[in-house]
Amino acid sequence: MKRLINQVPSKTTNLFLGLLPFLLIVIVYVMSSNERLKINPNDKLLPSIEKSINSMSKMAFEKSKRSGEYILLNDTIASLKRLAMGVTISAIIALFIGIAIGTVPFVTSTISPLIWFFSLIPTMAMLPILFIVFGLGEVSKVVLIVLGVAPIMTREIYQRVKEIPSEQIIKVQTLGANTWQIITRVITPQILPRLIDVTRLTLGTAWIFLISAEAIAATEGLGYRIFLVRRYLAMDVILPYVLWITILAFLIDFILRQFNKRLFPWFGKE
Amino acid sequence: MSFINAKNIWKSYGDNIILENVNFTMEAGEFCALVGPSGCGKTTFLRMLLGVEEPTRGKLLFEGGDYPNEPSDDRGIVFQRYSTLNHLNVIDNVVIGLEFEKSKFFGKLFGNEKKKAYEKADEILEAVGLKDSRSKYPHELSGGMKQRLSIAQSLVKKPKLLLLDEPFGALDPGISQDMHELLLSIHSKLNFGVVMVTHDISEAFKLGTRVLVFDKVKVDKDYPNRYGSTIVNDIDSSKERKIEK
Repeated sequence: MKRLINQVPSKTTNLFLGLLPFLLIVIVYVMSSNERLKINPNDKLLPSIEKSINSMSKMAFEKSKRSGEYILLNDTIASLKRLAMGVTISAIIALFIGIAIGTVPFVTSTISPLIWFFSLIPTMAMLPILFIVFGLGEVSKVVLIVLGVAPIMTREIYQRVKEIPSEQIIKVQTLGANTWQIITRVITPQILPRLIDVTRLTLGTAWIFLISAEAIAATEGLGYRIFLVRRYLAMDVILPYVLWITILAFLIDFILRQFNKRLFPWFGKE
Repeated sequence: MSFINAKNIWKSYGDNIILENVNFTMEAGEFCALVGPSGCGKTTFLRMLLGVEEPTRGKLLFEGGDYPNEPSDDRGIVFQRYSTLNHLNVIDNVVIGLEFEKSKFFGKLFGNEKKKAYEKADEILEAVGLKDSRSKYPHELSGGMKQRLSIAQSLVKKPKLLLLDEPFGALDPGISQDMHELLLSIHSKLNFGVVMVTHDISEAFKLGTRVLVFDKVKVDKDYPNRYGSTIVNDIDSSKERKIEK
C-alpha cells in the first residue's frame, strides 16, 4: 500500500470527488426543503427548486409589469457596468502608479506612504463621504470600488515589479536602455499579464464593495435586488441570484485567465 | 593609459571588509579569469567593474578617466541566470539592444532601420549558434542556449568589456565545453576585454589570458570578516591557452 500522500486519484475519480460535495449539498437542501414544506407549504426559508426556477424564469424571461424590462438582464448589466468601470479604473491606476513606485526610487519615497495610508482606510467607512460628495448615482459606487481596490492592486503591482530580477534590469542597462525605455519595453510588458492576475485576485473584493453600495442606494443591480426582496423573505429569488453572481464571478475569472494564456504565452514560465 | 586600472581598492559593508588593497591593471583585449574561494569578493569586484558597486576606498579608472558609476553599453554582462527577457523571443531579445540605441522614445524601430537591425541580429544569432531558434521564447530554450542568447544580446552592442559572472556554472559539463569554444572564438575574432568570475580553475586556465586568484592574506579565526581578500596571484596563462587550442 502506497503512502496516502502518494496516492493520486484517476481523472474520473477526480471529477467525481470534485462534484461529490456539491451533490451532497443539493441532496441535503432538497431533503430539508421537502421536510419543511411538508409541515408548512408556504415556508419561505427553503423554497423548493421548482419554485426557485419559476421565480427566476419570471425575472429572466418575462418583462416586468412595472418597468417593462427584463429584470435579471437589467440588474446584471447595471452591476457589471459598475464593476467593470471600477475595476478597469483601478487597474489603470495600479499599472501607472505601481510601475512608477516600483521603478523610480524618488517616486517611491514620495507616493508609497500615501498608498499605504489609503490602503489602511476601511473603505466602507468612506461610503457616506462618497454619497455626500458624489451623490447617490453611479459615480459614488464606482468610486467606492476604486477606493477599495486600487490601493491593493497598486501594492500588488509594486510587489510584482520588485520581483523582476535585478539581473535583468542591470542587463538591459548594459544594452543601453534609459529609464523610459526600461519602463516601456522591459517592465510594462512583463507586468501586463501580472496586472490581469492581480485583477482576478481583487475581483472578489470589488464584488463586496459593489454589492454593499448597491444594497445601500441603488434602483437596479444584483445587490440591490437581493436586498430588496429580502424584505419579503424571498429566498426563491435570493438563492438563485447569489448562484448567478457566483457564476458571473467564475466566468469573468475564466475569461481573464484565457486572455492571459492567449496573449502572453511566455507568462509564468521560465 | 590602461584600459582598466584599480589602485588600492577597498570594499567594506559596515564592519565587514570584503576587499582590501586590490591593485589591478588590465589592457584592452585581455581575458581575465577571476578565481578564488566562495565569498572572497570576486563577484563584488566584478560588480564594481559593472558599475553597480563603488569602492569604499581607492580609485578605479576606466580608460584613464573616472569609472562610470552605473551600467552602460560599453560594458556588457552575462549573469548565471535571468539575463534574457522572458517576454520577447530570441531575435527580439537581440534586436532590443539596437532599438534602445536608435529609438530613444519608442524603443522600437520601423521600416528600413528595423530591417537592418534584424539583419544584424540574425548575423549574431548565427555566430552564437541560435539561428534555428530565432522565434522561440527564452523559456523554450535550454540553459546553454539561454547563455548563448545572453552573450548575443551583449555582442550586438559591441562592448569594450564583457563581464561574465559564473556564466556556465549552472550548465552540464558537455554544454560548458561548447560554450568555452564559442567564447574563445568570439574573443579571438572581436578582441574585446573580458573579465570572468568562475569557480572552475580549469575553465579559468582554458579561457583566460590571465588568471587572477582572490584570497585572504590574513585570517582572523574569531572574526572572519576582519580582513578582506585581495589578488594573491596574477598568472599569465596565455601560453597554456594557445597549447590547448
